[in-house]
Amino acid sequence: MTDVLVCVKRVPDNSGEILLTDDAQSVDARHVGFTVSAHEVCAVALAVEVAAATDGEATVLTLGPGDAVEQARDAVAVGCASAVLIEADSGAHGPADVSRAIAEVVLAHAERGRTYDLVLLGNDAADTGDFQVGARLGYELDRPVLTGISTLDVTGRTVTARGDGPGGAEVFEVPLPAVVTVMEGGVTPRYPSVPGRMKAKRATVETVIPRTAPTGGGRVRLKLPPAQPSSVQILGEGPDAAPAVVDLLERLGVLPT
Amino acid sequence: MILVFVETDAGGVVEVSRETLTFSRGLAERAGGLPVHVVVIGDVPAGTTSQLAAQGVQRVHHAQDERLQAYSGAAWSAAVVDAARDGDARAVLAAGTPRGSEILAHTSVRLGVAMAANVVAIEAVSPLVVSRQVLGGSALEEMRLDDDVAVLTVAGHVVESAEVSDVTTPDVVTVAPNLRDGDLLTRVVRTDQGEPDQSGALASAHVVVGAGRGAGGRDGFEDLLELTDLLGGALGVSRVVTNLGWRPHHEQVGQTGSRIAPDLYIPCGISGAIQHWAGCSGAKTILAVNNDPEAPMVTKAHYAVIGDLHEVVPAINAEILRRRP
Repeated sequence: MTDVLVCVKRVPDNSGEILLTDDAQSVDARHVGFTVSAHEVCAVALAVEVAAATDGEATVLTLGPGDAVEQARDAVAVGCASAVLIEADSGAHGPADVSRAIAEVVLAHAERGRTYDLVLLGNDAADTGDFQVGARLGYELDRPVLTGISTLDVTGRTVTARGDGPGGAEVFEVPLPAVVTVMEGGVTPRYPSVPGRMKAKRATVETVIPRTAPTGGGRVRLKLPPAQPSSVQILGEGPDAAPAVVDLLERLGVLPT
Repeated sequence: MILVFVETDAGGVVEVSRETLTFSRGLAERAGGLPVHVVVIGDVPAGTTSQLAAQGVQRVHHAQDERLQAYSGAAWSAAVVDAARDGDARAVLAAGTPRGSEILAHTSVRLGVAMAANVVAIEAVSPLVVSRQVLGGSALEEMRLDDDVAVLTVAGHVVESAEVSDVTTPDVVTVAPNLRDGDLLTRVVRTDQGEPDQSGALASAHVVVGAGRGAGGRDGFEDLLELTDLLGGALGVSRVVTNLGWRPHHEQVGQTGSRIAPDLYIPCGISGAIQHWAGCSGAKTILAVNNDPEAPMVTKAHYAVIGDLHEVVPAINAEILRRRP
């Protein structure tokens, strides 16, 4: 039996125009929706798969404001059995703060008899893109950590994980307990059923407060790149544009000789 | 000194590491003319040292240890940490690749300092303030690094690699890292050569042909692959294409895929969502093929053809073949 903890982060949906708050400290999220990263969607799918295959349970954890329960409930709707909210200002928490707060929950649950042999996270958060919370959590918990993993399965006390490397698909075999960060691409995201949504609505979310004050992430300010006016040159419409395209390819010198 | 973790392949120093060395020289000069040292790991091709000399490197810490032959982020970072401590590094840098990001994440924890990921510019050196990509590249964060050692990864293609005029003669020091218990638990146990990850070739291709939802299905790539072949380039796809299972994930360009900087990018049937733009905005020239003249990819492109890619691309292929001598 492998109980899995999977961590997700509520982030503004950046598929549309990004606006900043007046103090340039965060995204002005008044008019955008919220989501989690594509990597975390895959991490949730893997957590549910591993738990189901080993008769364990998947628990979702998120650190953020009270509204972040929305993202935790989304994970419950696709198969996580329970949810934890570390209620905190995610903007004030740097990567070291976040990993410490997650470790506090893992250790507190272990004291209560729930041991997470596998902790899954996304490879990087969609907003801050820090690429380090998983590694830091490994050190907090004194566990081996793998990053950028696409697929994994658990047999006995070993997790076999695969990820893309420069020479091909790399395979790791690591003893549990372990921390793994997940890269999008190896698993099909799960979509909620109607009963799943009903279950998620009713689910009790355990809320905890970090024990340690955050030290922050060193942010001075955010800034947006200046908008560039379009200067596109239309070469033509349909197949008739092919000669103009090949003229361009010749001018650019990209046609092999 | 400034320390750089350098990745190598059969051709020696990989391009993104050369870019990082060029970026590092800029930091070293602004910090008062500090020397640049590097860490390389395992067997490297002949000529690697001369490539590093052309980048102005003054010392090579070459970790030659059979325990490092198989990749492990934790074990490889031990070599970086040893070199950083040995040379009293002021900053440790690596390219923002999966390897570079993982190794420097371990390094920052072991050194007890913060890490800045995907840095694009040095804003100030005292105190050190960097700008780095956040929100998938659609915004930048100015981040202050107050620790004694600054650890940072450099985003791909933010600088072009440039060689120095006064080539150095680097000292080459062979080292065996001090590994911790457990560092070897996360070693690669085998590599499946049958499914090579082509994202490295994609990231360094001079021409990339892109394909999006407009490809229409798993069977919709024949003409695009022919164009890719005719141009000697690489195929890159949008996230929707990999999500639908039409093409493998390592061909994905964007926030959660490869970041490319070709001389020419030809996105076909790609609308140009911000997540995709994050991966292709480094292209020098963009030629979009799209049905929709208002698609963001068209308005952001340098050139565009308005039309169905399944009509336009075969016509381009035919025209290229017609003009061949």
